[in-house]
Amino acid sequence: MLAAQDLTLGARLRDVTASFALGTITAICGPNGSGKSTLLKLLAGLERPDTGFVTLDGARLDALDARRRAQAIGYLPQSGEVAWDVAVRDLVGLGRLPHRDRGAAAITAALEALDLAALADRPVSRLSGGERARALLARVLAGEPRWILADEPLAALDLGHQLALLSHLRRAAETGAGVVLVLHDLALAMNHADRVIVIDQGAVVVDGRCEDALDHRVIERVWGVPAHWLGEPGARALALG
Amino acid sequence: MSALRLNMMLAAALGLAVAGSLFAGRVWLDPASTPNAAVILAQLRLPRALLAAIIGAGLGASGAAMQGYLRNPLADPGLFGIAPAAALGAVLCLWLDLATQPFALPGFALIGAGGAMALLALIAGQTAGGTHGLALFTLAGMMIASLAGALTSLVISLAPNAFAMSEIVTWLMGALTDRGWSDVALAAPLTLAGLACLLAAGRGLDALVLGEETARSLGIAPRPLLFWLVAGVGLTVGSGVAVAGIIGFVGLVVPHLVRPLTDRRPSTLLVPAALAGALLLVLADALVRVLPLVTELRLGIALSLIGAPFFLHLLLRMRRGLA
Repeated sequence: MLAAQDLTLGARLRDVTASFALGTITAICGPNGSGKSTLLKLLAGLERPDTGFVTLDGARLDALDARRRAQAIGYLPQSGEVAWDVAVRDLVGLGRLPHRDRGAAAITAALEALDLAALADRPVSRLSGGERARALLARVLAGEPRWILADEPLAALDLGHQLALLSHLRRAAETGAGVVLVLHDLALAMNHADRVIVIDQGAVVVDGRCEDALDHRVIERVWGVPAHWLGEPGARALALG
Repeated sequence: MSALRLNMMLAAALGLAVAGSLFAGRVWLDPASTPNAAVILAQLRLPRALLAAIIGAGLGASGAAMQGYLRNPLADPGLFGIAPAAALGAVLCLWLDLATQPFALPGFALIGAGGAMALLALIAGQTAGGTHGLALFTLAGMMIASLAGALTSLVISLAPNAFAMSEIVTWLMGALTDRGWSDVALAAPLTLAGLACLLAAGRGLDALVLGEETARSLGIAPRPLLFWLVAGVGLTVGSGVAVAGIIGFVGLVVPHLVRPLTDRRPSTLLVPAALAGALLLVLADALVRVLPLVTELRLGIALSLIGAPFFLHLLLRMRRGLA
């Protein structure tokens, strides 16, 4: 289990306590600047909190060896930076760095899981936005982490690619990984997450089932927008007003 | 092209270039008819060719590592300020008229390089891995380079006489003229140690392809990476400047020439860049020896003459890319 205990970091995050289970998708939602990405980085061990701590299977994350932490937690940042025009296979292979092996089987499995086998030798610069997003996620999967922490992985993707990527993440959760996503799109969180944590001004507002955490009253209070849900569970659409 | 095949081809080309360069010079050597050919080969041409290969290898690998670390194709080992600081040390030695003492000139240059490395580690080590770590590191290197350059100019302007000034300026131009086995003995172990440090940084440089934050998420610790890099560049560039003066552009040009032949990961570029750097410097040194000029063209000038137009070509290509 991955757990945050009383995390505080400057004015960005205040006393956040939350725990995450393997085999589930948890969405972290909130307005811009609410502290979502900060929480994700703290969970990934990339920032140190002023107070509080993160634990992985009961052990303090900050006491864990950086390589072991990297083997357990795969982090997908929002930026999607790729400095050199490497081939997709080499990009995905970077996910094996914490293991210090070639990991050919894991790389092939990650390429196949994200339908990238045919593009394995293509340079990153010649990928479309959707293909690039899949390749970056495949890099995380190639590391075979137990935890996948992704910051806005669906940003800048069209609807079809968003759904495709979410189905890959769902498959990862079904095979035992714990998935934590920062999401801006409340409908995607509502329909695809098992649980939602809403953060505002650095503090947890609600943490619970999607239907409860993204209740129209919460949306109005946190985002300042009157809205209501349409449709059936699993196929909800957010209507404004 | 596979990495092994590329490295073998470059190594073969380097071997041929070194062998061929032994015969090249103002006087083309014919082992059968040239008097004292064996002595000229063993005491003059061979150490000079080996020194060119050693220095070129260090500069090529350093350039590849720097570009990988800064994720910038225009990065150059000179950005660290190590080469200008090493040059300052050597210039001080010349100014103090201590250059005739054994190992004084390279010793002073290595002290200069070591000082720059320590200063870099002191300034940038604190910020490594931070949000603005890379920018502060680059700025620190540039400031060291700028300060060393200004102090070098000051020393030149305070030269005791015109001869000393001429000696300093000529030395700064970089050359392998009259270098011998003692220079090889000094540069080879330091360059090899530097190359080993750069190879140790390879995994971290690969992770940086995905940015600093992701590199840390992949278990790469920023400070050890910085240590290997500064030590690697310091030892290779510092020892090169110590025995040959400033030789620019190799570190900038060579990685560009070789990168398209690799899989473009920084770690796989290091060895080919070292071999290609060695090859370039051996060929350039052979070229300056055979040019029919009154005095031998300084190697540093020759490489700048090749490198500067190449740099401009790069900038134009980048501008077209941006447009």
